[in-house]
Amino acid sequence: MNRINQKLAENKKLLSIYFTAGYPSLHDTVQVIQDLEKNGVDMIEIGLPFSDPLADGPTIQESSTAALKNGMTTTLLFDQLKDIRKSVHIPLIIMGYFNPMMQYGVEAFCAKCQEIGIDGLIIPDLPVAEYHEHYQTTFEKYGLINVFLITPQTSDERIRFIDSVSNGFIYMVSSASTTGAKNTFGDTQQHYFERIQSLNLRNPQIVGFGISNNETFTQATKTAKGAIIGSAFIKHITNNGIDRIGDFVRGIR
Amino acid sequence: MSYQVDEKGYYGDFGGAYIPEMLYPNVEELRTKYLAIMNEPSFKEEFDQLLKDYVGRPSPLYYAKRLSEKHNTKVYLKREDLNHTGAHKVNNTIGQILVAKRLGKNRIIAETGAGQHGVATATVCALMGIECIVYMGEIDIKRQAPNVARMKMLGAEVRPAKSGSKTLKDATNEAIRDWINNPVDTHYIIGSAIGPHPYPDMVTRFQSIISEEIKWQLKEKEGKENPDYVVACIGGGSNAAGTYYHFLDEPNVGIIAVEAAGKGVHSGESAATSQLGKEGIIHGCKTLLMQTPDGQITEPYSISAGLDYPGVGPLHSHLYKSGRGEFYSVTDDDAMTAGLELSQLEGIIPAIESSHALAIFNDKKFKPDDIVVISLSGRGDKDLNTYIDYFKL
Repeated sequence: MNRINQKLAENKKLLSIYFTAGYPSLHDTVQVIQDLEKNGVDMIEIGLPFSDPLADGPTIQESSTAALKNGMTTTLLFDQLKDIRKSVHIPLIIMGYFNPMMQYGVEAFCAKCQEIGIDGLIIPDLPVAEYHEHYQTTFEKYGLINVFLITPQTSDERIRFIDSVSNGFIYMVSSASTTGAKNTFGDTQQHYFERIQSLNLRNPQIVGFGISNNETFTQATKTAKGAIIGSAFIKHITNNGIDRIGDFVRGIR
Repeated sequence: MSYQVDEKGYYGDFGGAYIPEMLYPNVEELRTKYLAIMNEPSFKEEFDQLLKDYVGRPSPLYYAKRLSEKHNTKVYLKREDLNHTGAHKVNNTIGQILVAKRLGKNRIIAETGAGQHGVATATVCALMGIECIVYMGEIDIKRQAPNVARMKMLGAEVRPAKSGSKTLKDATNEAIRDWINNPVDTHYIIGSAIGPHPYPDMVTRFQSIISEEIKWQLKEKEGKENPDYVVACIGGGSNAAGTYYHFLDEPNVGIIAVEAAGKGVHSGESAATSQLGKEGIIHGCKTLLMQTPDGQITEPYSISAGLDYPGVGPLHSHLYKSGRGEFYSVTDDDAMTAGLELSQLEGIIPAIESSHALAIFNDKKFKPDDIVVISLSGRGDKDLNTYIDYFKL
């Protein structure tokens, strides 16, 4: 059983953290992952940086630009992660844009993920129909769970299609926006969370975008299985370095 | 072989809609409605009327006698430079603002590099009384001050794109991010034949007025609709798409595309995408684009800001790969010389983008009785400072 499915089966609300590989320093990747696990994080999204991250707000854009400037590449990331399963046991997901994966070769990329022990992928600019038609067989051959996004504007019909193609969890984007921290969720979000809950989907949902603190984490996980924090964590390591990751995690729950 | 977009949004291997889910409802709304809207009689009537009375169409098809004598062939110039706002860009912005109105949108966003598409968008927004926000790279804002002033005078807000390389591709990213954050009331007017389906097809159709007119104008002048060649410069490729459109399925019409080689195709400072690009994804479509082996999009270079784009529209990638189009690359120096030549032989100062198309005579020899139609996509007023610096005028 894939580590993601195992984790989703646990009777608890999940905290997942996103960070950009190669940021703040090129070789911080492994230590960040180990410290997140040590501090009780349930799942990690490792961001593969891209020059043109169009779904991301300023924080992740800047960390991506910095990581690329530091010298991060797809090959180097795989190299940094080659022994990661000797020390880390929680689910690991690579999140990145499709072009760098295409250039590496989609099948070669998937094979390498399996070899290292990556459990899933999140590719914001690979639409569900393209995936379903061209790539699903390859992803499944290498035991990878592909995670799709839904937003408050996604129709029920489309959510059901996404649910049928998914076999892990659904990434619920909290509002119509690029990534970035908000301090609170309003009525619109609450209604959206409740609408999704009422659909009784096959796959559990994890909320992302705009989760930054204990308040938003608690609100999001009232109906969802878990929440993902990205920009707020990146801001934390920008300001405090990577030695105080525990402080950040304890502030969330 | 077909050169029309298929129902999934592809030209051969290129195109599609590689967009984040956040954009899906907007792009899907457009995809399901654009053809029906464009076919409404009231739409056609309004579009045609504005092109005639506001833009000044049809643009002349001008027989360039002295240029023809110089190059020993028959050269016609399609005078898009005489359109209101000085280039072909306005054909598309008129079309898209009318689409936006019918979709009930009351806020327009656009990206711009040199500022021509930004000015054309600000113009139609002023005409319709709709709010207009133009994203422009911080570096381009400094380089193109007169066009920034024009947009402001027309009532548009110019927002600097400060991310990445701070030029056209980043302005496009910022416009896409704006659309993600404003999914209900906003229409994004993309200026070139790029972006997720249906944009390349929609922009091509609005620009296809260029080749539609060439056909009947040439019939009047030469007694036949088809030239031997149509020639256009390509950045993203909107004027080229419009110039080729009605000739794509006419095998006897040669399609010639001229890209910007900058300081030389292999100099490291070039925008010759067909020569340097590989298949990949940029701004929502699969196409040829300039990138590192690792798949990071690189920054192109050309003396002409309008050709300074790391990708090319998916139709053009298909024309290149299928062999339907002949692709050439012209350096800064050759383009500038061709611009000067046209100025002094015909009394027409071209935009530097169009000068690239005019430099085709260095690379391609035509027969004396060949009819060669070149798209003169824009006028040179905006480039005067570049010409002054280059020629020490």
